[in-house]
Amino acid sequence: MATALARLPDDRLAELLHGYHAAARAPRRRALILAFSIAALSLLAARVAELDLPRLWEHSGAFFGYFDRITTLESGAGRVWTDPAEWFWGWRKWGLLLLDTLLIAYVGTALGTLGGFLLSFCTASNLATNRWLRGTARRFLELCRTVPDIVFALIFVIAFGLGPVPGVLAIAIHSMGTLGKLFSEVAENIDMKPVEGASAAGASWLAMLRFAVLPQVLPNYASYTLLRFEINVRQASVLGFVGAGGIGQDLIEAIRKFYYNDVAAILLLIILTVMLIDLGTERLRHRLIGAMESRA
Amino acid sequence: MSRSPTLRDAALAEMAAITARHPQHFRALPPTRVKAGALALAAIMLLTIGLWRLDFAPSRLIDGVGQLIHFLGLMLPPAPGTWSRTLLIFQGLAETLAIAFLGTLGAAIIAFPLGFLAARNTSISRVVHFLSRRVLDGVRGIDSLIWALIWVSVVGLGPFAGVLAILTSDIGTFGKLFSEAIEAADRKPVEGVTASGGGKLHGIRFGVLPAVLPVMAGHVLYMLESNTRSSTIIGIVGAGGIGLMLSEMIRMLEWDVVSFIVLLILAAVGVIDVISGRLRAALAGRR
Repeated sequence: MATALARLPDDRLAELLHGYHAAARAPRRRALILAFSIAALSLLAARVAELDLPRLWEHSGAFFGYFDRITTLESGAGRVWTDPAEWFWGWRKWGLLLLDTLLIAYVGTALGTLGGFLLSFCTASNLATNRWLRGTARRFLELCRTVPDIVFALIFVIAFGLGPVPGVLAIAIHSMGTLGKLFSEVAENIDMKPVEGASAAGASWLAMLRFAVLPQVLPNYASYTLLRFEINVRQASVLGFVGAGGIGQDLIEAIRKFYYNDVAAILLLIILTVMLIDLGTERLRHRLIGAMESRA
Repeated sequence: MSRSPTLRDAALAEMAAITARHPQHFRALPPTRVKAGALALAAIMLLTIGLWRLDFAPSRLIDGVGQLIHFLGLMLPPAPGTWSRTLLIFQGLAETLAIAFLGTLGAAIIAFPLGFLAARNTSISRVVHFLSRRVLDGVRGIDSLIWALIWVSVVGLGPFAGVLAILTSDIGTFGKLFSEAIEAADRKPVEGVTASGGGKLHGIRFGVLPAVLPVMAGHVLYMLESNTRSSTIIGIVGAGGIGLMLSEMIRMLEWDVVSFIVLLILAAVGVIDVISGRLRAALAGRR
């Protein structure tokens, strides 16, 4: 059904087009200025970072070649997945290391959660009455979360020696910093009526926390902790780079010594583990949120 | 000292009757509490096993903490040492910022078309949508430090490898965030464009883009903040930036330099956070 649409006369159309251009000019000029400043900044940054596009071009083959190389069997007889037994020759060792990595993440998260839990009540402005205590605790948490955990791990490796202990402590301190902040934000947003009720009935500070605050904050705290555990599993898999235990140590060794097949195997194991943990914690968090909503 | 009978006394006097009336509140162990207790017990047991398996010996901990306190004493006051070293440190900081900026920008540019491919409403076909989602997931699953190691063995040591590492690890994140922003965009402008005779590309350009561009810019600024943090540490594996200097100084036990560098990093991260926070607030205001 081809009905002819009424087309405006050309002079009216020209007027409309003119109006459109006039309206679009100012944002367009702003976008141009923005693009120019970003381009200038990137040129400057490229100089500082020794960016070398010809080199990248030269090596771009090498990048894909690298993935080609790590998935080709050492004997040259086809791809790694054609011979899983040969590819995953060290699965026993790697499996144990992966379990260790998960344990490092778990213990680190647990200790960090404990610290953040205790400190969050000292930093929440509605629960902590002492200003000095609050300020000090806040600065401390800030320091713990802004220094990257791998820097903590580097320092702790020297203080505690090689092995998983410095890794656990680094993760614990960093998690304490982030969780302490998140927890105290949750605690600051609670309903204050139960707190007033408990205080009015003569509860001590601890009893007030137990019966008025804890029931309100616990589901949120648990959800944040699970999220942190997810992040910490990723972190724990690279802490081995600086000698702080876990599977990272074997990965960096394999990359540095050009054990190509091992690199592919360990990378695959790490990706799969991270995905599994992500899926599991997501399920748990959804269940927690569901439980929270059904109670509310 | 005698006092008038309170509510509590009255309740205590009637204890037996109250217990008989509300048995569910006076059960010694309600099932939810049993469950919570079992959960806590399991968590503590796993923690104990972990502490045992990971060699947490008390003597070692005490020694380590003593060492740490000793180091802390040496960290004060923070000092960069010689002038040439100060110069090197600031050069490293500049490199770090450059790496973060270029890596974020490059990742955003590459992820922009990928976001459209991975969004359900703008993708070419369901297969492309599914495949690009999985590829982005895989890229995101590898930490930027691992990417840095891989790039160092491809293009050699230096900040160039760092830029590429930040770029690759962020493509996954940006692709996911962008595609989610596109999927959440309002459908009506696109329908309007289609109704007035625009094609699919017109729909994206005039219907989707104006709505998602501010959201994407917000994500890019946010990732710039996070990348400033991660680019301070990729130097540890030799991919440029201040991390190289930091790890060297830690290994050489130059604690006053270490604390200087850490403070410098904190200051730089703080400045970037403030700038990007301002920009994001301006973006949110204009929308």
